[in-house]
Amino acid sequence: MFDWRWDFVWEILPRLIWATGNTLIAALLGYGIAMVLGLVFALAQRTPSRILTMVVRELVEFIRSTPLVLQIFFIFYVGPQFGIRLSPWVSGMAAIGLHYAAYLSEVYRGGIEAVPRGQWEAATALNLSTARTYFRVIIPQALPTALAGMGNYLVGIFKDTPMLSVIGVAELMHTANAIGSESYRFLEPFTLVGVIFLAISLPTAWLIRVFERRVRRSLGMN
Amino acid sequence: MNEDMSKYPLRLEGSDKPMVRFMNVTKSYGDLVVLDSLDLDVAEGEMVTVIGPSGSGKTTVLRMLMTLETINGGVIYVDGEPLTHMEKNGVLVPADAKHMRRMRANIGMCFQHFNLFPHMTAIENCMEAPVHVLGLTRKEARERGLELLALVGLEEKVDEHPARLSGGQQQRVAIARALAMRPKVLLFDEVTSALDPEVIGEVTNVIRKLVSEHNLTMLMVTHQMGFAREISDRICLFYRGQIEEQGTPDELFGNPQRERTQQFLRAVTEAM
Ligand SMILES: Nc1ncnc2c1ncn2[C@@H]1O[C@H](COP(=O)(O)OP(=O)(O)O)[C@@H](O)[C@H]1O
Ligand SMILES: [Mg+2]
Repeated sequence: MFDWRWDFVWEILPRLIWATGNTLIAALLGYGIAMVLGLVFALAQRTPSRILTMVVRELVEFIRSTPLVLQIFFIFYVGPQFGIRLSPWVSGMAAIGLHYAAYLSEVYRGGIEAVPRGQWEAATALNLSTARTYFRVIIPQALPTALAGMGNYLVGIFKDTPMLSVIGVAELMHTANAIGSESYRFLEPFTLVGVIFLAISLPTAWLIRVFERRVRRSLGMN
Repeated sequence: MNEDMSKYPLRLEGSDKPMVRFMNVTKSYGDLVVLDSLDLDVAEGEMVTVIGPSGSGKTTVLRMLMTLETINGGVIYVDGEPLTHMEKNGVLVPADAKHMRRMRANIGMCFQHFNLFPHMTAIENCMEAPVHVLGLTRKEARERGLELLALVGLEEKVDEHPARLSGGQQQRVAIARALAMRPKVLLFDEVTSALDPEVIGEVTNVIRKLVSEHNLTMLMVTHQMGFAREISDRICLFYRGQIEEQGTPDELFGNPQRERTQQFLRAVTEAM
């Protein structure tokens, strides 16, 4: 009944490990896009332009209120109707990057708003440019507050990469599923997927906490 | 703001022009009028101290001069040029960001809560703006920063982060940081109010030194009446957004004319 086959495990492990590489690439690439785009979203909402602020605000709300898997489908299947034909990888990265950019922009906003007003005033009194004020004064101080949220979403994006399997990105879930369909054995591949996810998520979460403490200390704010 | 701007000169001329002039300046938050048609001049090299009850608009005066607040009426001039406005086709219009940025270079400010950049060391705090605003090389900025930190007696603490400095030391770094920008006008907003009594002297001594050795124009808000009396050229007593009375320290403290001045001075001496 409970029929676990180790020989099958060893047989499929290389394929799953290779797919884990794809999962990691997808997570890191998606996160990189989300980090940069999220900052753009966050800063756009702080410009004097009311219209820009409102448009970005609504866009962020819209992205956060709809499922990631829908966004993936939309870009991949509906995109071509508008002449936007993207490969599964590119669609997937665009969708997941955009989705997490919306969440990260909120994290950044929270971090930026937690910086005391006196810091802005000192920067103005010293006549620092807006860009310099953000990148040298405000963002470094917003970082410690934002890091916890950023870390959660790094783990979150990693755990959401299986959704890319729906459009055929050969990441871990997609590969496990393919193995199952070929061999009619699902127990081992899916169990291994779970173990691999755990083996990466747990240490990552721990590393993030260590990193957070480091950053606080290096910014002199313990 | 539908004020007739033609009554304001495009610039102040003449050798006796003040370093700072508030002309008919009004500031309100919603219905609350914080400053009401304020006129105030500060001459070049003069040390003017603003005293008055809490909420009378003292901080607001400094914040407007530092361009941290916009004004609702009137014009502020710095070194003869309008700060809050600029000339366009022969009339004054509200200043744009570029004009404000140029004018702001004349002014420096020290805050009650120091507002040092906590992730930068003392010297980095003093170098940031000289390098990135004035365009000094890092070497030049460092030399100037070291000189100024020595001036405020902190040559030993150059590489410390603010969190590792006492309040008095932090405020002295903040003064050095402001001086590093070579402002013509320096503003102090209750710079000793957040300090423990035993370190207030470190900061007032620095200000004393600036008054006696440098030809800076200074505008200071303080609750330390003794200090104000000792170092100011002139004292202005604010009441409800207006100057109730002003004069030399001896005039104002020794022979106050107005009932409200007498009340205020009585109240603060009793509190001590
Ligand atoms: N941002 C603001 N919004 C609303 N009211 C303000 C604001 N800043 C200051 N005020 C009000 O303006 C008045 C003058 O404030 P302030 O200049 O700080 O007084 P002071 O420094 O003399 O104690 C106070 O009544 C204060 O509550
Ligand atoms: Mg005040």
